[in-house]
Parts: sequence; C-alpha cells; structure tokens
Amino acid sequence: MELLGLYNYWVFAVLLMIGFYAVVAKPNLVKKLIGLSLFQSAVFLLYITMGKVEGGTAPIFPEAGAAVFSNPLPQVLILTAIVVGISTTALGLGIVVRVKEEYGSIEEHEIQEIDER
Amino acid sequence: MIVIFGIFLLTLLVITAIAIVRTDNLFVAVMLMGIASLLIAANFFLLDAADVALTEAAVGAGISTVLFLGALALTSERERAKSSNRLLSFIVVAAAALILIYATFDKPRFGDPEAPVQTHVAPWYLEKTPEYIDIPNVVTAVLGSFRGYDTLGEVFVVFTAGIGVLFLLGGGKATGTVPEEKINEGLRHHLIPRVVGRILIPFILLFGLYVQFHGEYGPGGGFQAGAIIAAAIILFALLEGEKRALSVLPERVLLGLMACGPLLYGAVGLAGILLGGNFLDYSVLSSDPVKGQQLGILLIEAGVGITVTGVLLGIFHAFAARGR
Amino acid sequence: MSALLDTLSWVLLTLGGLSVLVGGIGALRMPDLYTRMHAASVTDSLGAILVLGGIMLQAGWSLATIKLIAILLFLLLTSPTSSNALASAALLAGTRPFAEAGQDEEAPK
Repeated sequence: MELLGLYNYWVFAVLLMIGFYAVVAKPNLVKKLIGLSLFQSAVFLLYITMGKVEGGTAPIFPEAGAAVFSNPLPQVLILTAIVVGISTTALGLGIVVRVKEEYGSIEEHEIQEIDER
Repeated sequence: MIVIFGIFLLTLLVITAIAIVRTDNLFVAVMLMGIASLLIAANFFLLDAADVALTEAAVGAGISTVLFLGALALTSERERAKSSNRLLSFIVVAAAALILIYATFDKPRFGDPEAPVQTHVAPWYLEKTPEYIDIPNVVTAVLGSFRGYDTLGEVFVVFTAGIGVLFLLGGGKATGTVPEEKINEGLRHHLIPRVVGRILIPFILLFGLYVQFHGEYGPGGGFQAGAIIAAAIILFALLEGEKRALSVLPERVLLGLMACGPLLYGAVGLAGILLGGNFLDYSVLSSDPVKGQQLGILLIEAGVGITVTGVLLGIFHAFAARGR
Repeated sequence: MSALLDTLSWVLLTLGGLSVLVGGIGALRMPDLYTRMHAASVTDSLGAILVLGGIMLQAGWSLATIKLIAILLFLLLTSPTSSNALASAALLAGTRPFAEAGQDEEAPK
C-alpha cells in the first residue's frame, strides 16, 4: 500500500514535466505561460502532500479537545506561492499583449524572424 | 478509502494537463486550466489543506481564467503548431520525469507523523499558537504573525505586479480592435444573465467579507476574500459594461486601494516600533499581548484583502480597456 | 431512525451519482452543442439536488445543513444562467443546432 502513497509524488513528477514541456517545446507565448502555471501547480502539490499526516485534519483547532493536525507550515508557504504565481502570470500576460501589439504575432519563431530583419 | 478518491482526482488532473498541452485552441486550453485548478483544489482539500484549497479555487479557477481570457481577447485564439525539434524535448522531459519518479522511492512514507518535515518547527507552531495568539486557524496565525514578514513581502509582490501591468497596459490607446460601444454595452441586452447577476453580486460581496473576517476561525483570510470581492466586481463589469463599472469604482479608487493595502500593512508594522516593540510585533498594540496579536492579524488581513482586490481589479480593467 | 436516515441518504447519493453519470454520458454522446448542454444540465440540477440532499441528511440539523442549503440555492441559480449564457453565445457565434431538416426559429439577438 506504500505505492498508493507514492502516487501523489508520481503525479507531481508527471505534471511538472508536462508543464515544463509546454514551456520548452511550444512556440506560442500564451501556451508557455499556461505551461508555467501547470509547473507551479505541480510544486504546490508536492509541498502539500509532504505536509499531510495520516489520521490528521486541517490545522484548525476545534471547539473542544485535541486532535492530530496536518503540518501548517507547507500550507502557509503554498498560500503565498499561489498568490505570487498569479501575480507573475498577470504580468507575463501583460507583456504578451504588448509583444503582440508591437510584433503582430505571439509565435516565438515569427518574433525571432521579425527581430532578425 | 478516501485515498482512492484522491488517486481518481489526480489521474483526471494528469489527463487534463495532457489535454491542455496538446490542444492548439488556446480558449480550450484556458477552460481546461480552470478545470485543472478545481481538481487541484479538491485534492488540496483531501490533503487537509483547507485554506490552500480555498485560495486555489478562488484565485486559480476564478481570477486566472478571467485574466487569460482577457489576454486572449487581445491576442490570438489559435496557436500555430510548428513541429520541429519536438522529439528532443520530449525525450529530455520523459527522462527527467523518470529520474524524478525514481527519486520518489526515497521519500518517507506518505502521512508518516515521524517524517522529518513534521518534527522540527511545525509542532512548535501548533503548540504555541493557543498560547501566544489564541486563534483557532493555525495557518492564519503563522501567515499573519509568526511569518508576517513573508506576508509583507508577498503583499509588495502583488502590488508590484499591479503596477507593472498598469505600466504595460494602462497608458495610451491600442490597436482599437473592439469597438467602444461593444465594450461599454456589456451583457445588457441579455436578460437572464443580467438579472441573475444582479441578484447574486451582493451575496458574493457578502461572502467575500465573511471569508475576510472569518480567516481567524476557519479557512479564509485576506487573499481569498480579495479574490472573491474582485470576482464580484468583475461580474458587475462584465454584465453592465466597462463604462458603468468604472463609474461605480473609478480608476482613482482602484489606485487608492492598491496603495492603501501595503500602506496599512506597513503602518501596522511601524506602529509596533512606535509603541516600543519590534517591527511587526503586534503584542504591543494593546494592553494584553494576546489581544494585541489578534488585533494585528485582523488589521494586516484587511490590508492584504484591500491590496488583492485593488490589484486584481486594476489588472482586469487594464486588460479590458486595452481594446479601445 | 438513524438507520432510516442513513439508508435514505445512501439512496439519494447513489441516485445523484447516477444522474451525474448520465449527464456525463450524454455530454459525450449527443450530436451537437445544444443537446450536449441539455444533457450536462442534468448533472447541474438533478445531480446537485440529490447529492446535496444526501449529504444534508448525513449532517442532520446543524450549521453545516444551512451552509449546504445556501450552496444548493447558489448552484441552482447560477448553473442554468451560465447554460443560458453559453447557449446564446453559441447562437451568436453561429453554431447551428443539429437538425436534418427544418429551420431554427429563433433569430440571433
């Protein structure tokens, strides 16, 4: 049953590489940003998976009694990371819009051709 | 038993991710990204991360989709496939994935309470939160007080992104691809979305405020609340048109919100110094240190919520107004 | 009594799962956009009511039930609206319904 627990990490590895492939192999700029977003989501999955304690619950103290809690620290880090991720995505999209306006295209090879002229 | 549910969701996630990369219609890719965000949020909830699930659902599935759609409206919707050299990248990516999967066999058992990550700082936070801060939500306590300096940095990152997008897209006219009447019209001629939207917007705002102020007692906090309130106002802008939305919340107010949020946060920090403690030391804000911590967390969460609302709305209006 | 409630909630949850499945199969097998949306709307309405009803029976009389009722109301209000918006957007974009013969009476607004 150990393999069931490892499944989360395997999905992390696969998702990371899918996002990375989109960044590296796709010439369209918006597709690259989408791939970057997938990459970030994979990293979030890794951290939150590491924080889970079996038999635990969300780290919120209930009205009465003690309980086993999952680790709150990765959750704090990932909360920050999600917001920072959306900020960089928004900025990236702004840059893509300006690139489209200046070059007329958001395909990487076409932009390179226009630059070399 | 619930592990099987998690495995099912993760498999769906991988399938969705592959579909996102393989489709060449960017609109489809953005919609699938919304689905992937919701699947990840459900997974986070299964892994006991309630706050993170709420943030991922609000920010990832909600705001991120709107931003991408706004950018797609200004660029192109289809991607032109150029297939050359893709085999090399595929091989490299597959090799890296296999190496990572091989490395995961060394990980401690999933959910092991004796794993190294659970033994150093985390038990200290779980123990000391009732003593120093006495609020039920440990994540908010750590985010707001124990690691408050990180959160200050994060607020400044959000602020910087807002300013960056406003610099890039805010000034001057653009190509003028969308006629002005169309932007200002919104969905006014479509009766059903307009009526239902008008019914819902107050409740969405109310829910946003609920999430903001209940951040200390349950999942919630400034980031989620900012995203939800921004979503309500974006819904209003979509329904009633850009011009009316800007007359309801003018640009000056948005810039003011963007600036006042980090200002509030920094002011609370400086108040700590002026009252005799350290920077961001909330214990000195009130006569009882625990009450002081709670007051400090309340104020900085408000600052965070204001910043996120202002920045997300500013970015949305920058994208929406660019087509003029 | 609690056995009765458990059985009832079990039945509701299974029926809800079945209607979600039916909606999914319909969304795959139907010939065009409008019929697919019609099939998927089964998930949104019947599936939501049955599944949330089953969970409400499990929660009993507590704050969780009130929150579930609020979620159900919100879902029942927004899902048909978004289906309507999607259908009229598709009509405006020019997607014609799948019909062997006959005209589509409604003109695009």
